[in-house]
Amino acid sequence: MEFFRYTRTFNFMGKSKMAMFLSVAVVLASYAILATKGLNYGVDFAGGTVVQVKYTSTAPIKVMRQALKENKLFTNASISEFGSSDEVVIRMKVSSGSVTRDIGDITREALKGTGEFTIRRVDIVGPTVGAELKEKGIMSLLLAVFGILIYVAFRFEWRFAVASIVALIHDVSIALGMVALFAIDVNLDVLAGLLTILGYSLNDTIIVFDRIREGVTKGRNVALKDTINESVTRTLARTTLTSLTTFFVVFTLFMFGGEIIHPFAFTLLVGVVVGTYSSVFVASPILLWFGFDVKNYHVKLANKAKREAEKQKMRDQFDGGIV
Amino acid sequence: MKLNYRIVIFALAIIFGITFSLPSLTQSEDGKKITLGLDLQGGLHMLLGVKTEEATKSRIKSITASIKHFSDRNDILIDGLSFDENEISFEVLDEDELSKFDEFFKDIEGIEVIKNMTAISLSLTSEEIIKTEKEAISQAIETIRNRLDQFGLSEPVVARQGEEQILVQLAGIKTQEEEQRARELISRAAKLELMAVDEDRNARVYNMSDSDAAEYGDIILSDAKNSEIKYLVREIPILDGGMLTDASMGFDQNNRPLINFKLNAEGAEVFGDFTGRSIGKRLAVVLDGKVYSAPNINERIGGGSGQISGNYTVMEAKDLAIALRSGALLAPIYMMEKRSVGPSLGADSIQSSFVALIGGFVLVIIFMMVYYRLAGVIANIALIANLFILLAVMSLFGATLTLPGMAGIVLTVGMAVDANVIISERIRELIYEGKSMHKAIEDGYANAMRAILDANITTLIASVVLYAYGTGAIKGFAITMSIGILASMLTAILGTHGVYQMLESRITKSKNNKLWFGIKG
Repeated sequence: MEFFRYTRTFNFMGKSKMAMFLSVAVVLASYAILATKGLNYGVDFAGGTVVQVKYTSTAPIKVMRQALKENKLFTNASISEFGSSDEVVIRMKVSSGSVTRDIGDITREALKGTGEFTIRRVDIVGPTVGAELKEKGIMSLLLAVFGILIYVAFRFEWRFAVASIVALIHDVSIALGMVALFAIDVNLDVLAGLLTILGYSLNDTIIVFDRIREGVTKGRNVALKDTINESVTRTLARTTLTSLTTFFVVFTLFMFGGEIIHPFAFTLLVGVVVGTYSSVFVASPILLWFGFDVKNYHVKLANKAKREAEKQKMRDQFDGGIV
Repeated sequence: MKLNYRIVIFALAIIFGITFSLPSLTQSEDGKKITLGLDLQGGLHMLLGVKTEEATKSRIKSITASIKHFSDRNDILIDGLSFDENEISFEVLDEDELSKFDEFFKDIEGIEVIKNMTAISLSLTSEEIIKTEKEAISQAIETIRNRLDQFGLSEPVVARQGEEQILVQLAGIKTQEEEQRARELISRAAKLELMAVDEDRNARVYNMSDSDAAEYGDIILSDAKNSEIKYLVREIPILDGGMLTDASMGFDQNNRPLINFKLNAEGAEVFGDFTGRSIGKRLAVVLDGKVYSAPNINERIGGGSGQISGNYTVMEAKDLAIALRSGALLAPIYMMEKRSVGPSLGADSIQSSFVALIGGFVLVIIFMMVYYRLAGVIANIALIANLFILLAVMSLFGATLTLPGMAGIVLTVGMAVDANVIISERIRELIYEGKSMHKAIEDGYANAMRAILDANITTLIASVVLYAYGTGAIKGFAITMSIGILASMLTAILGTHGVYQMLESRITKSKNNKLWFGIKG
């Protein structure tokens, strides 16, 4: 079976202006959502408490609300269904420092008489830990981007690095925008999802860039635009295929992975789609616009080869005992 | 068909993978296994802070108690012995006896003594305060570990995290009630103090405020069983739990559980001296600031043993004995973070992530087979080998599998076939270009290699950052991703290359590109 057989080159770069317009629009829309709706920070970053309760039958949310009203501690608590009708999650912005009797215990006592239930999960994150996790989270994103930037600059060229980073920012921005739009709780797992998107999307971009590098190095005197078009076309089958297999598994994770894994799977789902798109329509055009100088690159390559040859010559001479 | 080094390595890798992943897969008794994270098997994860400033306070209190005992024993008259958070002060009535204290102070480490005529004030040096606070953390870790070791759960983890946080991980907790019991045991100060009841003023205790009591050097404590009952006791204790050597559960004549405790030689001496001097008065047995009993002293009590009676259940008495035996917490602890997962939720998580794993796996395998035919089958063999090796490496390192870790495995399945997709596409291209089968395979691998390496290394960079900055369960994701990527280099690149080299002559002879690579021509 074949999706794309390489017979002719598609003019991807010809559509790049339209694609760029779309990308900018979606990214701006994402920022607008982030600015107006904001991210819905979960306990990991904001601090607070999450209590997951499972009832033997449908959870009596109204009765629960009534029961929790008795205690001031639960004033701002929100109760929502979690995955199925017999399971709910209570989210609170407060946390407690007591080890012997924490908010989980107080919730358990408060819910007594609302039905037969078990408390399945209690997450309490104090304010200092929350702030620390947030700081570490931002640091990890920056550090990952920086590490990738250096690696790509070292293996390719700085314009490649900048182009791939722009694509990454594009992907992460849109993923965050979607996370905000669907009011997904931003916890550590969403951060892990974002970092995975970084890795995944870059994967795609690098495969395309590798082809461009190969096309440029082969030294045919074609315009960069045509090399890019050919490279993108030649990798199209691979891009589609890998995106499909990854999409399959992320989709099954999203559908069957359970409620807890949902935010993570959702982030990845967005990331796979956007990441595939960006490697073709964002990273490559930027490379073109940065005016990647093919001739200059050739000169550089030639110089490098010359130096290598000279070194080798000297080495040979040395080994031969001439010097 | 001929053997080559790649196929040999691949075969060895598969044997390695199957052999070392079996103990984890079959859950057999022997062999190294993957540990399930607390989010999958259920359990309690806590990050505790230590209120270290309380440790210096209690150190000052216990120095005060020893000054009191020293002066009583040597019949030195002192006046106005008092202490606050930073300082102990008192006055020696007979100037000639001042020098007696010099010897005594020499034995106490890290104090600063300021003398003003006969007035003496003592404080801890700043180094001593730092040392005391550091010790409080180490001691808290030690104490919590001791208590948990006796609680009856397997392999509790108690470790220092950062400078002054304590990480506690307990697996195998069944219910919220059991968890709370464990938390009570951990956090209990278990500070035993034997204090003298101020018999001269105790009758007026109900009309006194705390500040009234402080004027006399007393404090008001309530009864453990009935908080309405109050006692007026001397603020400086006769002795504290530091001199306790053993505590165990016993029963009184009515078969109610109580706690027997023993004091060390020094404690026994102090106790004996005090009881000898205070016949007819009462002694308050105070635990964590509550009076458990206040028996009359009828005679001098030597031997240094005593009892604490309360309305205990057997379980409570047992836990309390454990807490006393493992020593008091020098400083109270507080909760900074808690993650508690019930065993049923853990089981649900395992099940659903397993379904996702199998589902994704089957989809990818079928897809590869349909799209690439036999090349797909070869890629699938590599994928399965990859999973085994991933599990084997995790088992050997005793790595922890968490829920995000499961997600990492699922994702690895999707991404590990990527290498084979890239390679197969390259081979297809070269076949279309009319290259010989040998050249198509060799060049296909050579061309694909660079891209695969670069792509994998960047993903590894992201994983390593995730591992370094992630906490708990997220680290598990980084681990499975990293191992998965590394294993895929072995299976998807080296392994499949070996398979192609072995089958090359057969592929060439068959001339059936549709069967082998899923393309016409």
